[in-house]
Amino acid sequence: VQDLPGGPAVRQLNLHPPVTRIAAAQHDLHWMLLIICTVIFVGVFGVMFYSIWHHRKSRGAKAAHFHESTAIEVTWTVIPFLIVIAMAAPATKVIVAQKDTSNAELTIKVTGYQWKWGYDYLTGEGEGIGFLSTLDSSQRALSSAGTPQGDDYLLKVDNPLVVPVNKKVRIITTANDVIHSWMVPSFGVKQDAIPGFVRDTWFRAEKPGDYYGQCVELCGKEHAYMPIHVRVLPQAEYAAWVDAEQKKAAAKRDDPNKVWTLEALLPRGDKVYAAHCAACHQANGKGAGPIKPLDGSAIVKDADHARQIQVVLKGAANGAMPSWAALSDTDLAAVVTYTKNAWSNKTGQLVQPAEIVAQRGK
Amino acid sequence: MSTPTPGATQPYYYVPAPSRHPVMVAAGLFFVILGASQWINGQHWGQYAFWFGIVWWLIVLFQWFRDAAQESESGLYGRKVDISYRWSMSWFIFSEVMFFGAFFTALWWARAHSVPALGSLDNALLWPDFKAAWPSVVAGATGSPANVVEPFQTVGPFWLPTINTALLLSSGVTLTIAHHALRADQRGKAIGFMWITVLLGLSFLCVQGYEYFHLYTDLNLKLNSGVYGSTFFMLTGFHGFHVFLGMLMLLFITLRLQNGHFTAERHFGFEGASWYWHFVDVVWLGLYVLVYWM
Amino acid sequence: MSAVLDNHGHAAGHDAHHQPTGWRRWVFATNHKDIGTLYLLFSFTMLMVGGLLAMLIRAELFQPGLQIVNPEMFNQFTTMHGLIMVFGAIMPAFVGFANWMIPLQIGASDMAFARMNNLSFWLLVPAGIMLSASFFMAGGAPAGGWTLYAPLSAQMPKSLDFAIFSLHIMGASSIMGAINIIVTILNMRAPGMTLMKMPIFCWAWLITAYLLIAVMPVFAGAITMTLTDRHFGTSFFNPAGGGDPVMYQHIFWFFGHPEVYIMILPAFGMISQIVPTFARKKLFGYTSMVYAIAAIATLSMIVWAHHMFTTGMPVTGQLFFMYGTMLIAIPTGVKVFNWVATMWRGSMSFETPMLWAVGFIFVFTIGGFTGVIPAVVPVDTQIQDTYYIIAHFHYVLVAGSLFAIYGAFYYWSPKWSGVMYNETRGKIHFWWSMISFNVTFFPMHFLGLAGMPRRYADYPMQFADFNMIASIGGFFFGAAQVYFFFAVVLPMLRGKGEKAPQRPWEAADGLEWEVPSPAPFHTFETPPKLDATATRVVG
Ligand code: HEA
Ligand code: HEA
Ligand code: CUA
Ligand SMILES: [Cu+2]
Repeated sequence: VQDLPGGPAVRQLNLHPPVTRIAAAQHDLHWMLLIICTVIFVGVFGVMFYSIWHHRKSRGAKAAHFHESTAIEVTWTVIPFLIVIAMAAPATKVIVAQKDTSNAELTIKVTGYQWKWGYDYLTGEGEGIGFLSTLDSSQRALSSAGTPQGDDYLLKVDNPLVVPVNKKVRIITTANDVIHSWMVPSFGVKQDAIPGFVRDTWFRAEKPGDYYGQCVELCGKEHAYMPIHVRVLPQAEYAAWVDAEQKKAAAKRDDPNKVWTLEALLPRGDKVYAAHCAACHQANGKGAGPIKPLDGSAIVKDADHARQIQVVLKGAANGAMPSWAALSDTDLAAVVTYTKNAWSNKTGQLVQPAEIVAQRGK
Repeated sequence: MSTPTPGATQPYYYVPAPSRHPVMVAAGLFFVILGASQWINGQHWGQYAFWFGIVWWLIVLFQWFRDAAQESESGLYGRKVDISYRWSMSWFIFSEVMFFGAFFTALWWARAHSVPALGSLDNALLWPDFKAAWPSVVAGATGSPANVVEPFQTVGPFWLPTINTALLLSSGVTLTIAHHALRADQRGKAIGFMWITVLLGLSFLCVQGYEYFHLYTDLNLKLNSGVYGSTFFMLTGFHGFHVFLGMLMLLFITLRLQNGHFTAERHFGFEGASWYWHFVDVVWLGLYVLVYWM
Repeated sequence: MSAVLDNHGHAAGHDAHHQPTGWRRWVFATNHKDIGTLYLLFSFTMLMVGGLLAMLIRAELFQPGLQIVNPEMFNQFTTMHGLIMVFGAIMPAFVGFANWMIPLQIGASDMAFARMNNLSFWLLVPAGIMLSASFFMAGGAPAGGWTLYAPLSAQMPKSLDFAIFSLHIMGASSIMGAINIIVTILNMRAPGMTLMKMPIFCWAWLITAYLLIAVMPVFAGAITMTLTDRHFGTSFFNPAGGGDPVMYQHIFWFFGHPEVYIMILPAFGMISQIVPTFARKKLFGYTSMVYAIAAIATLSMIVWAHHMFTTGMPVTGQLFFMYGTMLIAIPTGVKVFNWVATMWRGSMSFETPMLWAVGFIFVFTIGGFTGVIPAVVPVDTQIQDTYYIIAHFHYVLVAGSLFAIYGAFYYWSPKWSGVMYNETRGKIHFWWSMISFNVTFFPMHFLGLAGMPRRYADYPMQFADFNMIASIGGFFFGAAQVYFFFAVVLPMLRGKGEKAPQRPWEAADGLEWEVPSPAPFHTFETPPKLDATATRVVG
């Protein structure tokens, strides 16, 4: 295994090399604290071990009788107090700076889902772009098989977040189901994503490259499998990426009124299922533990499509089954159709995107 | 059962002999929690285990308190034990204050922080249509951004809560009269005023019960009416439960008085129960102001 | 033996005061010493259960990739490890010591409420059973972390309801125990034992008990809200209905942070008793020690949100909680300095209790410093919810609380059992634990700085080496505790070993050493007459 630039290094001892001013300031603070603490530590335990060595009974030491001294007690209360102030003062400046999310050039909403990240470019160059970012499914399989490999093991995603270099990027976090936390150590950024509320943080990456982080708030069983990958591009490349992305979106934008055939929809449903549903309901549709099986499920096989579509749109079981309303109408129609025809559910039913559109309003 | 005989038989500090009560109480509670956790998960047998545990627990507690009362009446408890009881009751009430503190905090947080934040400009990203308004302040508001709460009406301080305030406050007065009577050795008067106190407590509970009924049926205000309903019912509900407990305590004290327990000088059982009752009173005043008025 | 001690235990048939025998002695116990023993046995059992879970965690993390369990199961291990260690192992152990030692140290005949004392203990048993049994329930054990954060807690299977009720019961037990301890200390001191002459262990517990009463009910409130959110449609922590998940965190940590001091203040008390004994010198700065404990307890109630720096609180909140947290370093520093000053120019010897005490001071201070570092918000932004925090709190909980418990065990067990432990074995236990502890937890600092998140069943390959070292250390540390059980505890329970003298430590001060070893069933039934220092019984 080699170091992963922008991610962890083998046997790394300290924080990631900083690529933002804030991360650099955090680094410096950490060094300062570490040094102060080490000095105090060496001082205090130097005295203690000196005493342990010299004032031991086996060396004939006789116990002294003192057990109080106001002067010395005041000293060792006041000096630590001053040290604490010396530590807190520079930290205060950094806190104020890292909280200042004003005047961002680009605003991106980050939504935590069980278990993936959703990125929506709200303002700035690239406005309107939105996609989901999921752990590479082959790595998830390697993990289950107990055969991990690769330098970017558990850090590789299908769609990294892409941002321009040297631009102030404001990240707005929220979550769909439970609390997650979005962190990129190289940027010195960590912000919990809280369902129902928005929070924000920011960074200005000073070096192009790939940077990695992971979800750092326990969010259920796949908590270890929702990495963060940010790609920082030079301005020109970023503009090109935005352009390509917008073209792709335009091309991909399905007409929700299009009428599909079963054959055309099933392979698409298979893909959506593998990407989003199989983590819980399993590839064989049998579910696991508290997770309901789809194979043979009455709701899935129901000729009235409304119930299943509602579950998919709104979620169920207190959010254990999340809402999938963020997926496109065609994707949802495809995956519902897929579950109605996969495994032993050979119902032959077909769900059109228009039905999803109709159910969304309800 | 008459006056304690301090001195000769009284140990320096009474330490009870081995007793089966504690372990039986623990066993009773085991059934309670086992039953309750099954019950709320839809397991039918859970409720039987729960009620079985409650009954068991009450029976043991009854025996335990009976024994303690007997020990007290036979003069085993010296002055030291008396002081212990005073300390312990004070600390127990302190713990109850902290318990209510958690729910008052929840109310404050919901009103002063979470509902306004949900309706703030930042959160318009998630809840574009939500206007933050606390239901008791703005008629028709539900305080629920996702509109998952059915519309409800809230209840102001008039008249039921005010009547209840009067009931509880006067019960505090009658209790004090009873206490003075006991100290003046007027047992009959003390017993009479104790009964009045108990009945005032009971009427408080009845009014509260009626209010709940009214809220559920007429105003559609329920436990699941968003954070307003949650804090409203949990606060008033836990308070009502404490009134119920306090009333039971006072009832048993009254019965003990009728059985000739307590003397004009020594009656900590009485005092402990009345401290508790006053504490419940004070919590109510907090509720009355923070929940109903504001 | 002095006249103040009546040995009813041996003179049969003295009405209610005879020493009960058989199972009734334990189940119906009203004797503080028996109840103390029960607590200690219960806590050791839970330490083994929680420790076994830790071993499973370390085994899974031995290498990257999933080898032993699936992630769901892993989260259950983590959660239950935390809950069992905190509520089952450490807290009851301290209460066990309180039961055994406080009446002996203040010259009282028993705890103030002997029956309620037994209830406090016996409540733990059903609660412990229900908590541990959750692994065998449909859907498995709770898997949302020991902090039970909303709204993940809403997704937990029904075992979480069992856990909540168990925690309610444990909380009730703690509150009753705390009331008992406070009342005993305030009301039952022998004449002449003024508060400022009281052994410092009693002081530490007095303040701890106050903290318990102040915060356990708040915790009960928090989990009650979780329960009603789960089952009765309330919206405390549900934004859809106007609630807030972060509110749970505030209420929880208002309890949770003082809770960690509940797990360390009694340890401070123990260390403050052991160090002077083996330095053969009075505790330096007794008064300031008392004030320091009180200051820590007071400050602990206004710093809770340092666990929530990354939830996105306003800058003023971050600053307030950062300053408050850092201030705690000062009174804690006073304690550390006082211990060192007590050793200074003493006449020291290093029997096992002293080894644990010195070890405690050394390693706990490391843990204290790694607490100050995340107290600084910008640094916490990097290390919150990483293995750095795991390292921090195992340094203060294992090398802190647990080491102090071991030290105090070696210090006082001769008094309980009447036999001396085997000194060589005690020393082996210490050195073995000390070394393997550091091998286990020191590398976690590096992992955390490098960004390895906690509660992860699997991790990137770059973290492999340190994890493997930590796991190996962990297994050795676990084995050391097994060794302790077979080599020290079992022989003691069987009564094997040298007979302990009444005062096994040359310079030990305090009333507990004024009664024979083992301490008779009943002690100080009438209050002893004390000398001016209140450490000796006269007449
Ligand atoms: C026994 C338990 C215990 C103790 C004693 C402490 C002690 C301290 N803790 Fe710790 N802590 C925990 C148990 C404990 N902690 C647990 C369990 C968690 C994690 C919970 C979870 O999330 O699951 C945690 C988490 C935790 C966090 C949150 C981290 C995060 O999640 O991001 C923070 C942040 O401020 C913190 C700080 C401190 C501080 C400042 C102290 C101070 O009290 C330390 C004071 C001591 C010293 C500083 C050393 C001696 C002093 C001197 C020699 C004087 C000179 C020193 C200076 C001038 C600096 N702790
Ligand atoms: C309160 C005290 C306490 C104690 C004493 C311990 C003791 C130990 N802890 Fe624990 N720990 C916590 C409190 C504690 N812990 C808390 C609160 C958490 C957070 C939980 C959360 O995130 O929600 C945590 C989390 C935690 C984690 C992180 C898990 C994660 O984030 O996924 C790890 C990982 O290594 C760990 C390890 C250990 C180890 C190796 C020990 C060792 O000291 C254990 C010693 C072992 C024994 C006493 C076992 C005895 C031996 C046997 C039973 C026989 C079998 C073994 C052999 C023969 C080798 N602990
Ligand atoms: Cu998402 Cu952890
Ligand atoms: Cu804390």
